[in-house]
Amino acid sequence: MTQLALVIDLNVCVGCQACVTSCKEWNTSGSAGPMGDQNPYGADPTGTFFNRVQTFEVGEFPNTETVHFPKSCLHCEDPPCVPVCPTGASYKRKEDGIVLVDYDKCIGCKYCSWACPYGARELDEQQQVMKKCTLCVDRIYDMTMAPEDRKPSCVKACPTSARLFGDVHDPESAVSVAIREAGGYALMPEWGTHPANHYLPRRKTRIKIHEDELERADNPLKVDRQLPRPAMDEPTLDDVTTW
Amino acid sequence: MHPAFSVIFLTTLIGAAQGLFLALFTAQSYAAFKLLPQPDAHAFYGQGSLLALVLLVAGLGASFFHLGHPERAWRAATKWRTSWLSREVIVLPAFMGVVCLYGLAHWLGWHPVLMTLPGGLPVDPSAILGVAGTLLAFALFVCTAMIYASLKFLAEWHSPLTVVNYILLGGASGFSLAAAFAAFTAPELVGFLAGWAAIITLLGFLGRAASLYRNSRLKPKSTLQTAIGIKHPTITQKTQGFMGGSFNTREFFHGSSVGALRAIKWFFLIAVFPLPLVLLASGMQGAAASLVAAFLVQYAGMLAERWFFFAQANHPQNLYYRAIA
Repeated sequence: MTQLALVIDLNVCVGCQACVTSCKEWNTSGSAGPMGDQNPYGADPTGTFFNRVQTFEVGEFPNTETVHFPKSCLHCEDPPCVPVCPTGASYKRKEDGIVLVDYDKCIGCKYCSWACPYGARELDEQQQVMKKCTLCVDRIYDMTMAPEDRKPSCVKACPTSARLFGDVHDPESAVSVAIREAGGYALMPEWGTHPANHYLPRRKTRIKIHEDELERADNPLKVDRQLPRPAMDEPTLDDVTTW
Repeated sequence: MHPAFSVIFLTTLIGAAQGLFLALFTAQSYAAFKLLPQPDAHAFYGQGSLLALVLLVAGLGASFFHLGHPERAWRAATKWRTSWLSREVIVLPAFMGVVCLYGLAHWLGWHPVLMTLPGGLPVDPSAILGVAGTLLAFALFVCTAMIYASLKFLAEWHSPLTVVNYILLGGASGFSLAAAFAAFTAPELVGFLAGWAAIITLLGFLGRAASLYRNSRLKPKSTLQTAIGIKHPTITQKTQGFMGGSFNTREFFHGSSVGALRAIKWFFLIAVFPLPLVLLASGMQGAAASLVAAFLVQYAGMLAERWFFFAQANHPQNLYYRAIA
């Protein structure tokens, strides 16, 4: 069983919003119809988006960290939005686990949006149907594209490679390795929705240099010699210490 | 949540219609067992069913305003195995059909004896339709309430009290309407119906007070920490990612002040329970004006009650939308 998903590295995301605009551009140009905007240049613009980047501040000044948090449909393994749909317009694909909406069947009752704890679904005011991230299902299987382009639009746009895409059920995939080895976690685990998308936590970046990294400890042939000591009357490296 | 008037009118109108039908058939059952005088069947049961049907059609009409694609509404009957909304979509027309047939049976005086109960009581089509309608009325209450009670993310709704209150409050407003209606068509039943309306109103007060008490003590299961998966106790949102509004900022927030919320709560607590009780008591002897006032006041209160029911529910997605920029 395949379960396609995104893994988002919060340690790398710089909050540039490139994934937001790239998502909007790709998905508003697709065969499923535009993601309409209302009043785009007016005082109160609004519109449909599949993907947003939010910003949080963690901690108290001066010990704070800024966390940029991309947010889209998590393609839950047990999606609560699917069984509540009265028409069957909302469904989870067996073959790859993507949660999709059939825009031709959706009656726009908004019930699925109430049943999603993450607020991942938005009613398109123009088409009056529920919309959400499709993992660019019209891109990732498009055989006319080069293999390296068969990825969601947001993944292709990310300048820092904060977004990984792959099958989280394949233990050898890059996303599974990232989840396993970099402490990947799911959002709101308390609801038992088992989101397929995972997030990688912030990491402390420190550099620790051991002595044997500057000078080989096992140096039988003395190929690596110690640095020559400066003479007592020569200037030292920083003028405050001698070798 | 943002209270949608389409849904407020749907749930209150069909609730009153279900209660009215239950009141009609309760009176018919009592009369069949000679516990109540036999009213004019054409006027009371026939026109009463018509009144219930009018409310049901009005409620159904209101519900269409909630849909983005009303012309596809028929599709909503397909997923009854998993969706309470789909079940409601099936039970509501079934109930309307039975109410229609029940009214017609009385209207046309169609009373052939189909069988006789052991006590020698004759059973005619209206009795069978009445039993079927009663079952469907309760099924419809359960379906409507379970649409909300089944959503575990909305803790204020996710309780058996939601189902209990939909039944009791719909029943109370329906019996009040039946009492007011009987003042014009079957004055001999007014005392009986007004009495039951008062009893159900009192029970409804207990149920609603219990749910208000429960909701005031709820502790949200999700926090900003679980929402973004960072354990630090101090997290503040700096931006939600956009300056304008979106579906997420409109659909899940009621947008009213705390004061307005409290005022509406007190309005419905007075207009649904004590005021109709006083008016029902004063109309017990058949004063049509106080009975009509009792129903109108209670129905106005029910609109406020339903508004508050939606507004009070706090969706976990709101954790992500706390600061514009």
